[in-house]
Amino acid sequence: MSALPRAADLGLISCHVCGLVCRAAADDAGRDGEVACPRCGSVLHRRKPASYARTWALLIAAFLMYIPANVLPIMRTASLNDIDDNTILSGVVELWVKGSPDLAVIVFTASIVVPMLKFLVMAVLLISSRFRSNWALPQRAKLFRLVELIGYWSMLDVFVVALLTALVRFNLLSLVEPLPGVIFFGLTVVLTMLASMSFDPRLIWDGRDTND
Amino acid sequence: MAPALNKAGDSRGSAPSRQICENPQIAPSGQGIECMGKTSPEALLICEYCDTVYRRRTLTRGEVAHCLCCQAVLERHHGLSVNAMLALVMTAMVVFVQANVWPIVTLGLNGQYSSATLWGTIIQMWQQQAQVVSVLAAATLFFFPLFKMMSLGWLLWFARQGRRAPGFVRIMVTLHYIGPWTMSEVFVLGALVAIVKARIYFDVVADPGIYAYAVLTLLITIFASVDLRLLWDVTTPETAI
Ligand SMILES: [Zn+2]
Ligand SMILES: [Zn+2]
Repeated sequence: MSALPRAADLGLISCHVCGLVCRAAADDAGRDGEVACPRCGSVLHRRKPASYARTWALLIAAFLMYIPANVLPIMRTASLNDIDDNTILSGVVELWVKGSPDLAVIVFTASIVVPMLKFLVMAVLLISSRFRSNWALPQRAKLFRLVELIGYWSMLDVFVVALLTALVRFNLLSLVEPLPGVIFFGLTVVLTMLASMSFDPRLIWDGRDTND
Repeated sequence: MAPALNKAGDSRGSAPSRQICENPQIAPSGQGIECMGKTSPEALLICEYCDTVYRRRTLTRGEVAHCLCCQAVLERHHGLSVNAMLALVMTAMVVFVQANVWPIVTLGLNGQYSSATLWGTIIQMWQQQAQVVSVLAAATLFFFPLFKMMSLGWLLWFARQGRRAPGFVRIMVTLHYIGPWTMSEVFVLGALVAIVKARIYFDVVADPGIYAYAVLTLLITIFASVDLRLLWDVTTPETAI
């Protein structure tokens, strides 16, 4: 399918915001960032600006947040005679053992599998696109869209802690408190979302053989 | 059916001539592009995932155009008229008010009852030294969805007459940026998990009141399939100042 024409080769730019197809700026130097979309006023870019640097920075920041998010407890449950601090993983285990295994699988997927998958996929995409790899192009494109689609479901555990905190206030002996882990986890989700937004999926295809 | 290819002369003349693909899913065959300069920009479509250029074609009911290169969805036929969308947005507003007024979950323990509303939850998190979570919840569950509904209602109201509402461009740009940051559907699932966890830890009776949220999620799902960019096409800017 190397015959399919690409906008960059034709001197066209599609606006990131409104999708309008614009003629690329007249300068042949390939500079961009100086022309605004005639329809919505956003600055036109052939590729998202500094995509590699921004995505790496956000991804690494997210990973640094993810470590305390998993190590530190995210919530304290105090009932009649015991106080219990839960991490993300111990919360999943408890759901599995005492509650419903199916919900445990959902929480495990949202809080552990999805963030891990996101780190892995984004790193693979960044590295393979940087080396202009032709390997598994459609699959890599699909992986990116998957990660983009499911990323925000990781917020699940944050909302669970928030709801339990607001709900369980019967007396001093049975209450739920949020612990610092949940803050780090919330930040992890936001940073991974920002990372996938700043990655330009067109970079995946930019390494394709151009001598068609 | 293989995609028919047409030569397209490069208007600048410096680069070798390229080809424009006549994607059979997108373009009517036999309509060549002579010169890019003569093609109006609205007639073209660029895949935002891989930068492939297509000629646009009116889609028939239920049709979805996929990119030949990366399989991403290029464009779908929007089965909803502007009026139908406006009705949906208004329904969503009513449901949104319900979802914010009624408790999401009520717990019972030894005759005591405790319930949480969305704002109760947001305020609790703020007071419990988790301001980051509080702000996140307020933004993704209240302010962004609210802004989305209000501004969509505003834009659609004017779009009924094919007009662009005051502030159209600014609102459309803002909608583009807040799009991925509304999370009501995650909250619904979170409420279910919270109920089960509350039962594990505290032996309580739980009464879910998240029906309004469940309905809201359904409406959001319908909206998610609508590409709001179509509002650019169904309206025309007013030239009069
Ligand atoms: Zn634009
Ligand atoms: Zn594509």
